[in-house]
Amino acid sequence: MQFFFEVLIGGLLSGVMYSLVALGFVLIYKASGVFNFAQGSMVFFAALTFVGLLEKGLGFWLALPATLAVMIVLGLVIERIVLRPLINQPQITLFMATIGLSFFIEGLAQLMWGANVRGLELGIQDEPLQWVSDVAGVNVSKFDLVAAGIAAVLVSTLAIFFSRTRIGRALRAVADDHQAALAVGIPLQQIWGIVWAVAGAVALVAGLLWGARNGVQFALTFVALKALPVLILGGFESIPGAVVGGLIVGASEKLAEVYVGPYVGGGIEGWFPYVLALLFLLVRPEGLFGEKIIRRI
Amino acid sequence: MTTAAARPIGDVILTLEHISLAFGGVKALADISFDVREHEIRAIIGPNGAGKSSMLNVINGVYRPQEGTITFRGEVRRNMEPHHAAAQGIARTFQNIALFKGMSVLDNIMTGRNLRMRTSFIEHALHWGRANREEIENRHRVEEIIDFLEIQHIRKAPVGKLPYGLQKRVELARALAAEPSLLLLDEPMAGMNVEEKQDMCRFVLDVNGQYGTTIVLIEHDMGVVMDISDRVVVLDYGRKIGDGVPDEVRSSKAVIDAYLGAAH
Ligand SMILES: Nc1ncnc2c1ncn2[C@@H]1O[C@H](COP(=O)(O)OP(=O)(O)OP(=O)(O)O)[C@@H](O)[C@H]1O
Ligand SMILES: [Mg+2]
Repeated sequence: MQFFFEVLIGGLLSGVMYSLVALGFVLIYKASGVFNFAQGSMVFFAALTFVGLLEKGLGFWLALPATLAVMIVLGLVIERIVLRPLINQPQITLFMATIGLSFFIEGLAQLMWGANVRGLELGIQDEPLQWVSDVAGVNVSKFDLVAAGIAAVLVSTLAIFFSRTRIGRALRAVADDHQAALAVGIPLQQIWGIVWAVAGAVALVAGLLWGARNGVQFALTFVALKALPVLILGGFESIPGAVVGGLIVGASEKLAEVYVGPYVGGGIEGWFPYVLALLFLLVRPEGLFGEKIIRRI
Repeated sequence: MTTAAARPIGDVILTLEHISLAFGGVKALADISFDVREHEIRAIIGPNGAGKSSMLNVINGVYRPQEGTITFRGEVRRNMEPHHAAAQGIARTFQNIALFKGMSVLDNIMTGRNLRMRTSFIEHALHWGRANREEIENRHRVEEIIDFLEIQHIRKAPVGKLPYGLQKRVELARALAAEPSLLLLDEPMAGMNVEEKQDMCRFVLDVNGQYGTTIVLIEHDMGVVMDISDRVVVLDYGRKIGDGVPDEVRSSKAVIDAYLGAAH
């Protein structure tokens, strides 16, 4: 039983980090209906820039705001020169544009900082917390806990911000009806700018946490692919959905790996979330928190 | 009920001159000119496809006319921007209800106050305290509008689940929340039963009478139009075929022909 909890907790903690990546997608999708394929590249770009700046001799507390600024500017620039000119184009066009964008960002990152794999040290050890082991007899990694804590704070701050405030209301208004949003004087472009800037900042935090865990390398862009089942479970437009979806994916993939894995030769973790999402898609296509899709015939 | 005499009609505040708008080959508006005076209720009527909604969309900047000028409060423009129109005090409702379906009635109406809130989005992100105070002040105004339109009982309801007639009323509330000086209503009574229509008529007249709001109204129900409007513009196939007080319009031959000729 203790082992079960150990796996479950480990899974939930990594799930929070999936939520973080999924959140970047949700914000942009809500505001502009675009599935931002480049989110993973932004994560990679952020981590690489941060590490690159450290290598240039900048201290941690200087590199952090500098990278944050770079990511916010990157988000704003993408909105301004890629998406705004494509306004009113079909969704597939926008989607293709973000695919192109992802190659561009990946190329740019490697051009600026080189392509070799780097380690990233945030100064948090990946070792079991002694007091938790003593009290509950369960091993919980200190790194996982801190990373999940940071992600949780960010996710809940954004969730509250976008549900309780005027900007949040404006964002939801834009998501619901462009014309009406314009008619009440919501500056669409400002909202898009804010959302892209926030997505850039979220990518930075995700890049640091994932980079510290798995190394700063091209494979970071694939973290974004893990967000896909999270989004299918949680619904593309729901911030709480991204949170719950992330937890489900994180916990279930680890549990499946440990309890089902041995029977099928292991390596389940890689594909289990997708199968789960696929099954879920058949039952509830709109996601856990998505609006029920009603077709009027 | 308010009568025309109780609210002195003022100067011209909106002038449309030689407006032409085409979609590909379809001429939605052809050389239309008319004006709107302060405090009046100005109706636009005409058969289906006459160009009424297009006219409203030109006024608040959704459509850009190929020709013509729009003069609002002395400022002459080729076209409006929806955001700019809103900032200038023009609010509207849509023919096909355009509410924010995922939100509550209250939140929908609060979005109408967007431009009445002084803090910009950026400031708002940085100063939560001030933004909160502003939020509370604006909630008071919204509650007044909710009382005014008698929708207290549905304040918290998700707007997508409401019956059609109430949705129309919420849309009016959202427009009023902006405290507009010019209110554009695209068929506010369409699809309503008799009782709902009477309520809506009363609200339109009260808005006009109590707040002095100038109203441009598209409506198909002739009884309603002749009852509540001060002046009427008649469109047919994108052309203007009549303009005047209800009695003039009612007796105009061109208008009668258009209405008898058009399947309606
Ligand atoms: N966005 C658009 N694209 C193409 N054609 C349009 C568009 N909007 C309006 N039209 C055309 O312009 C003409 C006028 O349409 P409009 O909606 O203004 O008429 P209306 O008088 O409001 O009619 P109704 O009473 O049915 O609402 C119609 O022929 C319509 O098909
Ligand atoms: Mg119309």
